[in-house]
Amino acid sequence: MSATGSTPASVIEESLPQEGWPAAGEDVPPGIGPYRLAWRRLRRNKVALAFGGLFLVIVILCLLAPVYAKHVAHTGPNTENVDTALNQFGVPLGPTWHAKYFLGADNVGRDVAVRLLYGGRNSLEIGFEATLITIVLATLLGVLSGYFRGPLDGFISRAFEVIWPYPVYLLGIVLGVVLEISGLDLGLFKIGGSSLLITALVIGVIYTPYVGKAIRGQVLGLREREFIDAARQQGLGNMRIMYEEVLPNVASTIIVFIPLVLANAILTEAGLSFLGAGVRPPNPSWGTMISEGINLLPSAIHTMLVPGIMLVLCVLGINVFGDGVRDALDPRAKIRIDH
Amino acid sequence: MSRFIVRRLFSMLGVLFAISVLTFLLFNALPNPALRLAGRFASAAQIAHINHQWGFDKPVYIRYFTIMKLVFTGKVISYDQQVNVDHELLQYLPVTVSLAIGAGIIWLSTGILFGVLSAWRAGRWLDRGLTVLALIGVSMPVFFLGALMSYYLGDKWGILPAGGYVKLQDDPAQWFVHMLMPWFALSVLFIGVYSRVLRSTILDTVNDDYVRTARAKGLTERQTMTRHVLRNSLIPIVTLFGLDFAAVIGGGAILTETVFNLHGIGQYAAQSVEALDIPPVLVITLFGAFVVVIIGAFVDILYAYLDPRIRL
Repeated sequence: MSATGSTPASVIEESLPQEGWPAAGEDVPPGIGPYRLAWRRLRRNKVALAFGGLFLVIVILCLLAPVYAKHVAHTGPNTENVDTALNQFGVPLGPTWHAKYFLGADNVGRDVAVRLLYGGRNSLEIGFEATLITIVLATLLGVLSGYFRGPLDGFISRAFEVIWPYPVYLLGIVLGVVLEISGLDLGLFKIGGSSLLITALVIGVIYTPYVGKAIRGQVLGLREREFIDAARQQGLGNMRIMYEEVLPNVASTIIVFIPLVLANAILTEAGLSFLGAGVRPPNPSWGTMISEGINLLPSAIHTMLVPGIMLVLCVLGINVFGDGVRDALDPRAKIRIDH
Repeated sequence: MSRFIVRRLFSMLGVLFAISVLTFLLFNALPNPALRLAGRFASAAQIAHINHQWGFDKPVYIRYFTIMKLVFTGKVISYDQQVNVDHELLQYLPVTVSLAIGAGIIWLSTGILFGVLSAWRAGRWLDRGLTVLALIGVSMPVFFLGALMSYYLGDKWGILPAGGYVKLQDDPAQWFVHMLMPWFALSVLFIGVYSRVLRSTILDTVNDDYVRTARAKGLTERQTMTRHVLRNSLIPIVTLFGLDFAAVIGGGAILTETVFNLHGIGQYAAQSVEALDIPPVLVITLFGAFVVVIIGAFVDILYAYLDPRIRL
């Protein structure tokens, strides 16, 4: 994006309604698709790729948690060991150079490194599930309401408008507590109150309006375009038009939202767990570990620093990579978050 | 204009009603609410009283009106502490408002400054530096940042008080000193978001036709930038600010208030949830969503006044 002047090429580019067209001055061979083009731009953005790699490494490390626990640390995430991991004043071990207690111990002698990886599994699992829920719901509702307009749109847009004003963490803890007490009966299957899925569902639903509104707005514009008319002239049904004509055109918006939602879902999980409304102890997650660490503060700062730094690195990785993806695809995407 | 105001206020009332129904249904989903409301040591008579007072022995629609009447006439009693929830809420409100106003000033001014600098130097080192800062800001969980600040600046080095709240009317200087860390911690994420949004809107706006017109009629670069580009680019920022500010007042700053031990609305909500004390949670949830909707409506009306295109 250039800040100075407006060449004729960039004016034309702006008037083109579809994303992914060559940027002004970009040397592109004819016949290359918008996604190939975006990938070429992303590949040149080494910083974004490096941070995407960082996130990938964290995911892989967390997936390998059982291997680390069994073969390196030789202890489980909830195995307590008060005898050797605490000194005579009850202060836990700091980071050591040994395979066991590599990142120190917590107040009941559990291995922080092992808990960090297992906690990461929970945090990431909730993050990915919540993102999946948000993206699927938002795409479905956004495309349907934008395409059909009328009463259906009225209903869905009102529903978004009613969920939107609740402060995120307030709604999160309320839903979390209500569902924790009552569990969730979805008819076909039941989710117990302590399940990670409850937290994921809560976060997924909270972020749906932000993404859904954006997709709806885009579909509203798309449905007036000639290629939709052409498809209708050919006798395609509504479902097929939505699936084959509309969906591919909002795909780049959806792609841009995925890292944004994922980063915010992981942060929200940590915040909810910090407030005691997410993952329940003794089950670890980065949020619960930070919260436990804050309670130990004067004596054992590593119990807070280790999960905190891991959380920041993970979210930073997603955000920088997502920023690169957005620059490569370049639709506008905003999300409101509070804390 | 007056037609717009009336229409906007009516739609606001509709959303408020829908929110009250949704919040009601959320709490209605709790199994055996009277037992939960009455607390652990309730007698059978107490439970019967609650059942009657909250309308649990009545059909759902009557129950809705019974509970809303309790909330809006200020008769909700918390079962953990047996105190009037609306009075408590009013007592916590000044803390949250102090937090919101101070932090709001910081994040709005710094966000705009960084956004303008970033757009002005787009692609150069200053822009890259500010982008990195913004990305770190949006990746930083506020409770982690807050805990770090409170531990190092507060407990360890003793530069600022580690937490707590001093009333403004008691000691303005101490109030200011106590609020500094929470203000900054809360602002970091918003500064990141606002500077990024402003940067991209400015970069989009500089190519607009009216900017070219402004240049063509001979305005200096500075005049074009401040009077035309910046003024129009600030529109999304002010919308965001209205919503975020309202969310903080409505108890959205739960994490910041908890980590700095500020007895505001957010911490009240967090403590009530922890104690499974349902009535305050119900009232705060309603309050939070209402504040956001009402302030949102006022922001819209303000806009319609400033920008006639929106009235359509």
